[in-house]
Amino acid sequence: MATQAPVNAGLVQAAPRRLVLETLHDWVTTVDHKKIGLMYIGYALLFLVIAGFEALLMRVQLAIPNNHFVSPQVFNQLFTMHGTTMVFFVGMPILFGFGNYLIPLMIGARDMAFPRLNAFSFWISAFGGFLLYFSYLGGSGLYGAGAAPDIGWWAYAPLTLKVFSPGHSSDYWTLSILLSGIGTIGTALNIVATTICMRCPGMKLTRMPLLVWLYLVMSGLVFVTISPLTAAQIMLMLDRYVGSHFFDTQAGGSAVLWMHFFWIFGHPEVYVLILPAFAFANEIIPVFSRKAIFGYPAMVAASVGIGFISLSVWAHHMFTIGMTSGANTFFVLATMAISVPTGIKIFNWLATIWGGKIHFTASMMFAIGFLFQFLIAGLTGIMLSVAPFDWQLGGSYFVVAHFHYVLVGAILFMLFSAFYYWYPKMTGRMLSEKLGKWHFWIFLIGFHLTFDFMHIPGLEGMPRRIYTYEADRGWMIWNLIVSSGAIFQAIGTLLFVYNMVWSYFKGPIAGPDPWDAWTLEWSTTSPPPHYNFAVIPTAQSRRPLWDLKHPDDPDSHYE
Amino acid sequence: MLVLSITTAIFLVVGGLLLYALVRFRHRADDANASEEPPQIYGSNQIELSWTVIPILIVVMLFLATARVIFSTQDSPKSADALDVTVIGHQFWWEYRYPKLGIVTANELHIPAGDPKHPTPTYLTMSSADTNHSFWVPRLAGKTDLIPNRVNTMWLDAEAPGLYLGQCAQYCGTQHAKMLIRVYADTPAEFAAWVAHQQQPAVDDPRVAEGRNIFLHTACISCHTVAGTAATGRFGPDLTHVASRDTIASGAVPNTPADLRAFIDDPANFKPGSLMPAMHLNDHDLDAVTAYLATLK
Repeated sequence: MATQAPVNAGLVQAAPRRLVLETLHDWVTTVDHKKIGLMYIGYALLFLVIAGFEALLMRVQLAIPNNHFVSPQVFNQLFTMHGTTMVFFVGMPILFGFGNYLIPLMIGARDMAFPRLNAFSFWISAFGGFLLYFSYLGGSGLYGAGAAPDIGWWAYAPLTLKVFSPGHSSDYWTLSILLSGIGTIGTALNIVATTICMRCPGMKLTRMPLLVWLYLVMSGLVFVTISPLTAAQIMLMLDRYVGSHFFDTQAGGSAVLWMHFFWIFGHPEVYVLILPAFAFANEIIPVFSRKAIFGYPAMVAASVGIGFISLSVWAHHMFTIGMTSGANTFFVLATMAISVPTGIKIFNWLATIWGGKIHFTASMMFAIGFLFQFLIAGLTGIMLSVAPFDWQLGGSYFVVAHFHYVLVGAILFMLFSAFYYWYPKMTGRMLSEKLGKWHFWIFLIGFHLTFDFMHIPGLEGMPRRIYTYEADRGWMIWNLIVSSGAIFQAIGTLLFVYNMVWSYFKGPIAGPDPWDAWTLEWSTTSPPPHYNFAVIPTAQSRRPLWDLKHPDDPDSHYE
Repeated sequence: MLVLSITTAIFLVVGGLLLYALVRFRHRADDANASEEPPQIYGSNQIELSWTVIPILIVVMLFLATARVIFSTQDSPKSADALDVTVIGHQFWWEYRYPKLGIVTANELHIPAGDPKHPTPTYLTMSSADTNHSFWVPRLAGKTDLIPNRVNTMWLDAEAPGLYLGQCAQYCGTQHAKMLIRVYADTPAEFAAWVAHQQQPAVDDPRVAEGRNIFLHTACISCHTVAGTAATGRFGPDLTHVASRDTIASGAVPNTPADLRAFIDDPANFKPGSLMPAMHLNDHDLDAVTAYLATLK
């Protein structure tokens, strides 16, 4: 890979010192997509650490049977807050953060289509997150005052109704989801409008970087899925305060109705979270394999296919509620069908690597971890799609292991990969590769200790959401291993945070294009100026910078 | 098993190829062409087609096998002489009613064990009194949810006598973790003896009359039933034959006089969040009530 001389080191020099208040005012009032993206990321990282800490507390409690480290009430709050935080206030914001930052840069635009809506979406989502955590002070849960929600992140009715959940903790939960939903829809709208309207000359849809394509599909999914969730929150509020009976089973309401509303959101939500991870992989794997992505049209088709199929699989979360055999069979088929486009993606990444010259940077190592772990997660997913298998293992630790394989093994690994890859663009400095590799190996060991061994107690009949278990069930040894892995993951994450802070001040200067990459964001300075591009670029192919670097053999000859 | 072997095979093939590619195609600094880009390959329709069609075939095969199991499990006809049990989930215990036998009990389910040649399936009709629950005894059957305002059914068949453990598998509130299930698969003779015993009226031992008196004059009777007395509450477990059960508090602790006493004193000793309040009996009354309940064999 060509090394870049720090030609624009001067650009990284500190601007004249400003008052703290001025800087703060600048960030609070900004409509710059890059600053909003960074705020999304920073806010999500804060919650990542909080929710990770909650997970750590749960693992301490479960390390040995009949443990009294936390009370059942506290444990139930921990898993509710962990799940809600990770999905709504870590996963979506951090992915939107990267999207916000990268999409205009990648399509050669100067900002998002609606900069003010962008700022509004961020702040309303952020407010939702803080409202959720305010419940620790202002809520009162099933028992006693000053408590967080303890209804689970899926919040099944009728546990959420006044009679089972008096006090206000459930209200904080439902309001925070409602607010973050509004922000999410706003940002999704913005992404769609930006990709449709703001592409630079020559950037046809068929030349758009795959990252942008995947964000487009993901935003479409957001429209379809966040809306029923938001509707359900309003119905829940009506049940709790106006006396309606949507979910009030004591007055003829339906608990199953909530499940449908929740999972028509909940399952596509998994794809809302993983499509951006695919997006990062589509950019990072080719650059470090030094090859163009294999099968661009197939990748686009598979992404759109996943988007559509994912809307018809939600009831595989409900195989145990007593649906008819016909309904069960339909959702088995739909769920299995989604493995086909997903498989196509894995094969295409494999083919991209094949015949390349792989550079094992920290970023690429995380991406390779993603490939292996996503493969395993997909295969356990196929197992769970088999309804009779799910009757046994649904709701057990096998499922917990499966979806953490997706959320941590695939999405979080790919996020770490994206940090190592785009941090230089965002800050102008490289992250330490040495620390990055330590981070990778420690986190990898921790991840596999935790989530490989977590499958086993599930197979042995250990259900989720229990604050303790009996000693005679033989689950202890596995839980102990699982908990020990959590410590490795925590150390790895701390190393990563340290790396981010240290490199911000001491990291080597990155230059505009440290990875010798091919998409437009690398054609401007690091970090990019407020207006992104001095001259709006033009694109002749899917890899505009490849064309510039190889004028004798441009991509546009082959597409 | 089919699923497991197919997914394992896929993992070995794809994982192996990936590993091979990583080793074979790593960047070598000492390579003569180290600074050159590798040949750029943009795709191939034939290859795309092949790795689309083959997975589709695998999916179709898996789906057909799955559909067959679903229909044979869910739509299997019920035999006329099968045992019927109504299961009602409560926060945080199980109510079992045997409508044909006139038995009501809690937390410990007795079923007849069959053998592979003479299956004796038990049909469960399930609902919930409050929030969602899920009945799961891994070694006997898959789980089925108990949902208020909805009736679900499932069947289970123990092929060998013994004790089968399980627990609630749907989060139902604070003490979800200690909503345990014990299924006793009895031999036909044992089962008949158990049924005959449960059909007896409650033991009325004059030696514990004082405890009985205290029991019948405190709030116990608003929630608990002891057949043949003024206690007819339905909110908590039926205590007519409570002493015949091996455990109390839905399987949380063994049914010993000491544990029983501690539980009556304050259920939070074993199950914080249990809906039974601490009864605030003095030591003397506590001993008397414990002694009374211990006679309800």
